[in-house]
Amino acid sequence: MTEHRSASRGESSLLRRSRWRSGDAAFQVGVSAVGWLIIAILVGTAVFLIGESWSSLRHFGPLSFLTSTRWAPSEATSTQTDPNPYGIAQFVYGSLLTSMIAMLIAVPVSVMVALYITDMAPMWLRRPLSYLVDLLAAIPSVVYGFWGIFALIPAIRPVGQFLADTLGTAPVIGPLFAGPFFGVSYFTAGVILAIMVLPIITAICREVFAVAPIQEKEAAFALGATRWEMLRMAVLPRSRAGIIGASLLGLGRAIGETIAVTMVIGNNVLAISKSILGQGATMPSVIANEFTEANQPFHLQSLFVVALWLLILALIVNTVGKVVVRRVGKDIA
Amino acid sequence: MSRKALALMGAGVALTLAVTGCGSTSDVSDSGSGASAQVAFGDQICGKGGSDKPGYQNTIKALPGAADKLSGAGSTFVAPIMSVWTKDYASTGKVEVAYQSIGSGGGVKQISEGTVDFGASDTPMKDEELAKAKGGEILHIPLTLGAVVPAYNVKGLSSGLKFDGETLGKIFAGKITKWNDPAIKELNSGVDLPDEPIAVAHRSDGSGTTAVWTDYLTKESPTWKSTLGEGKSAGKEVAWPVGIGGKGNEGVSGVVNQTEGSIGYVELAYALAQNMKYGQVKNKAGKFVQPCVATISKGTDGVQYPADLRTSLTDGPDADAYPITGTTYALVYAKQADAAKGAALVNFLAWALTTGQDAASQVDYAPLGKDLQQLAFGQLKKITVNGAAVS
Repeated sequence: MTEHRSASRGESSLLRRSRWRSGDAAFQVGVSAVGWLIIAILVGTAVFLIGESWSSLRHFGPLSFLTSTRWAPSEATSTQTDPNPYGIAQFVYGSLLTSMIAMLIAVPVSVMVALYITDMAPMWLRRPLSYLVDLLAAIPSVVYGFWGIFALIPAIRPVGQFLADTLGTAPVIGPLFAGPFFGVSYFTAGVILAIMVLPIITAICREVFAVAPIQEKEAAFALGATRWEMLRMAVLPRSRAGIIGASLLGLGRAIGETIAVTMVIGNNVLAISKSILGQGATMPSVIANEFTEANQPFHLQSLFVVALWLLILALIVNTVGKVVVRRVGKDIA
Repeated sequence: MSRKALALMGAGVALTLAVTGCGSTSDVSDSGSGASAQVAFGDQICGKGGSDKPGYQNTIKALPGAADKLSGAGSTFVAPIMSVWTKDYASTGKVEVAYQSIGSGGGVKQISEGTVDFGASDTPMKDEELAKAKGGEILHIPLTLGAVVPAYNVKGLSSGLKFDGETLGKIFAGKITKWNDPAIKELNSGVDLPDEPIAVAHRSDGSGTTAVWTDYLTKESPTWKSTLGEGKSAGKEVAWPVGIGGKGNEGVSGVVNQTEGSIGYVELAYALAQNMKYGQVKNKAGKFVQPCVATISKGTDGVQYPADLRTSLTDGPDADAYPITGTTYALVYAKQADAAKGAALVNFLAWALTTGQDAASQVDYAPLGKDLQQLAFGQLKKITVNGAAVS
């Protein structure tokens, strides 16, 4: 052991390579198997979803789901094809709207929290604070939902009421904030989602900010920059791609989150309510609500259609995200 | 103190905060101490005891050679009483009954495919579902009774607000939107009803509770029926014209408890456990009746049943009947091919329909009324085990 420790890193890895050649091969096989397994699982899931939803897609036509905003399984019969009783556009709207609200709240807050942790907080507070933020990610989502119903809703009722009374009567944006605010709503779901994605975004931003070159930071200070100017000149510009990447991971989580959202969104499946203070549903929430008792003709198959479109939506979001990150990354280089 | 320890302490604080954040739900689990403890409104039969423990006699001889394990799946509505039964029966009958509460739809599916020994559903199986069952004829055996009650949260109002079917129908159809609507005022003279909007809460998941509720509205409210459309106004899921959806009974009670001016429908057990305010409902005999064990059991007296018992139990004719009453059916194959399983199944169900009924009121369910209990027993006797009839 002592020899080992005294050897430099390069030598020891060399040593190990010669001694574990067969282990190396096993490792090679192992990692590639796992890598391919991931691909197989993704493709398998997609094939499975298409298979399960096929009869419904064929019966109603794949696009008829997206052009209707009325989900009324009780009106489905085994023969009728038009209008499609399983419209899902309102769920797409709900998923995008709640995730957007979550991002609008979570991204700025996360960036600020991460900056505070890496550059502003007193040294003794940095570690505990990052632990605490990470811990937010460990709270199960059903607990967030519970907390949302019994703690968050009473707390944000005045906020919702205020939005409805002020912005709700404003021209142009009025319909987006129309009341009455009953507590459960897109807005509430968005706030919960914001809290849930905050630790993810913060953790990555923290890592990104931590690798900002110390020389540039000191150079900024040397030029007489204040702390804020230093962060703006030396840390934030280099971190743009990282922040966007972090936000996309958070967005992915927000779009897929199910139980917490189901508990506070109001589960209105029959129409798009445009107001963020109104009740709606998201793609995962309708699946969670209905799959146990999906007894109507094409009901279960149509829930699989929702799942399929959810997968497609997630792929689109991720792809767009990747492109943006690459673009932004290039700008800096 | 090391940094790690500090962080851990912080973690503890955060957890405590998270836990106390939902502290207001902690009284959910300690359900009311039995419906017999309910206070009766006026001259109601509630709270006067009598029918809580009917003490039905088991006239079916225990079949020998029974298996020591049974499996069942279905209704979540019946799950609380089923868990009492399986526990009691494991100690007295020495048979372990594993019940999965996966929802009535799942129960129907599983018994149709024969993957469980019995299913449980809050609504009778439809003809086309029965036709698909792999093991032949399926019998419907009512197990216990429950009530669905209108629960509300309006400042200044206590339990006992009076409703009739048409008023409830109009509220849930979105035609009555204020608490001081003349229709509600007329039923509740002397009650100070606020000028507040009504927030309707309903189930977002398919549910037997919804089926019972909408079945009653369909029978009693022309407005509800015409708004939803012929043939679409009753079932485990309907196209709600208005309202906020909550998942499960606890979701609806959560919405009602948290929303000023709201009204929803939940099982009586939930309303009692969560100290919700609930109303009286006018029955077919024209009397306003409070839901409780006694009035629920009365709910099925005098109802005309078809031979296979596949009917709705709402709107019973008895003067003391609470009108929004439902049951959960055990779904079993009439021809039991496996002798050991069949014997165990008959023994268990015979026990549940007699001794088991006495346990119902502990968990705020009502024992089957005398008429229905006899009929359920009759269904059980139609089972043949390996070709031999049960006596």
